[in-house]
Amino acid sequence: MTSEKDMTFEMAMKQLETIVKKLEQGDVEIEKALEYYQEGMKLSKICTDKLTHVQEKMVQIMNEQGETLPFEVQED
Amino acid sequence: MIDRYLTVTALTRYIKRKLDMDKHLRTVWLKGEISNFKHHNRGHMYMTIKDQQTRIQAVMFAGNNRFLKFMPENGMQVLIKGEVSVFEAAGQYQLYIQSMEPDGIGQLYLAYEQLKNKLEKQGYFNEEHKKALPTYPKHIGVITSPTGAAVRDIITTIKRRYPIVQITLIPALVQGPTASKSISRAIDIANKQSVYDVLIVGRGGGSIEELWSFNEEVVVNAIFHSNIPVISAVGHETDTTLSDFVADLRAPTPTGAAELAVPSWHQLLEKTTALKNQLNQLLNHQLTQYRTVLNRLKNSYAFRYPEQLIRQKEQELDKTIEQLTRLSAQSSQQAEESFIQLQNRLRRCFPERQLEHAVNDYVRINDHFQKTMSISMKEKKETLGIIIDKLMLLNPLGVLKRGFSVTYTKDNQIIKKSEQVEPNDQISVRISDALLKCKVLSKEEEDR
Repeated sequence: MTSEKDMTFEMAMKQLETIVKKLEQGDVEIEKALEYYQEGMKLSKICTDKLTHVQEKMVQIMNEQGETLPFEVQED
Repeated sequence: MIDRYLTVTALTRYIKRKLDMDKHLRTVWLKGEISNFKHHNRGHMYMTIKDQQTRIQAVMFAGNNRFLKFMPENGMQVLIKGEVSVFEAAGQYQLYIQSMEPDGIGQLYLAYEQLKNKLEKQGYFNEEHKKALPTYPKHIGVITSPTGAAVRDIITTIKRRYPIVQITLIPALVQGPTASKSISRAIDIANKQSVYDVLIVGRGGGSIEELWSFNEEVVVNAIFHSNIPVISAVGHETDTTLSDFVADLRAPTPTGAAELAVPSWHQLLEKTTALKNQLNQLLNHQLTQYRTVLNRLKNSYAFRYPEQLIRQKEQELDKTIEQLTRLSAQSSQQAEESFIQLQNRLRRCFPERQLEHAVNDYVRINDHFQKTMSISMKEKKETLGIIIDKLMLLNPLGVLKRGFSVTYTKDNQIIKKSEQVEPNDQISVRISDALLKCKVLSKEEEDR
């Protein structure tokens, strides 16, 4: 399993959805259900963290040489 | 007199010369509608140009028609530059078209329609070529002009909705004759860098002429061949550009494209919270269910009266043992019965009759043999008697008994001829029971 740090938002979200789906189907052994629950809680925390502690990315522009430079949107 | 009559050829040539000499007919600017259009497989085009009242035959040779920017069709209104002359073989005046362009609906629109049809036939717009967009993109490439409303709308919308995504602007000209080259080149560059997981290609609204580069084949091709999914964002609501048709997703405006490209941060947060709540509920529900089952089990009859369960089992065991005994007795009896049956069958098969037959046969054959033997013996005995009698008859001693005798010389030769003996010779005479020594007294020859 990918470690918490390396996990992308997409992966965490997908796994969380899978776990909810599995629990929804019912028919899960109690030990397994608890395991799923703990895993699900961990994943939902990862998702929330990723969404709330966002580092805003800089917008960049490519010049003729293929180099990227910071780009500021001109407000009018 | 006959010289007054012209040949058809002479007349036609005369008319042709008349027409060819008229400078107004050398360059004719004509407008009308195409009908009876035929593109001969050698390249020349034949058609009739008509208006409400009348018509003229026209031809456009391959050398001229290869410069056409559109494919003529029946019903099309056209503007023509050409000349009028006579086609001698048919005796027919006609229009020789030098150049032609569509009238009315506009050349741009026609070119658009024709390119659209062509690309459609080649499958450029087919669903199966549409690539899926990533749900959570990491790096978006924006291909548009670095100035103007479009780039601002795209960037601010993306940042508001999903600030964790990286945006790179790949600047391109989006208007003017070099725009199509510039746009397609930017798409190629983005594909070579292969860091983007989605591209937004577009510009703000404008007239059809201003948006034209998004209808050009080179741009459509670049979008079609892009390995990165492309969202088209040409701000023109009434017309759809060919780029919109070929793009993996079409947005009506640059803002719309930004909304389609990224998920909403707020919605995701809501979704995450909803999933978390769902998880809690599901677990509670499951636990309650297990608890219910457990309670039911605890209160079950078996747990409360366990000895009842044993008694029942005891009874079942007895029943089973009984059944087993009965079954085993049954099966040994069955074995015995089948043995006896087999024995009887074997007895029935004893070959008594065959034996009786064989004995009878033996007796009969033996009798026959005995009888045959005695008959044969008797026959043989009789034959033997006859032979013995015959033998007796032939026995010389028998002859002697009847009184004959045999005379021998002193050398014991049987005397058969007179010359064998002389008088006074000693001879012997054998009779049946003695040998007499005698002397020849005389010899008297007898003739026989």
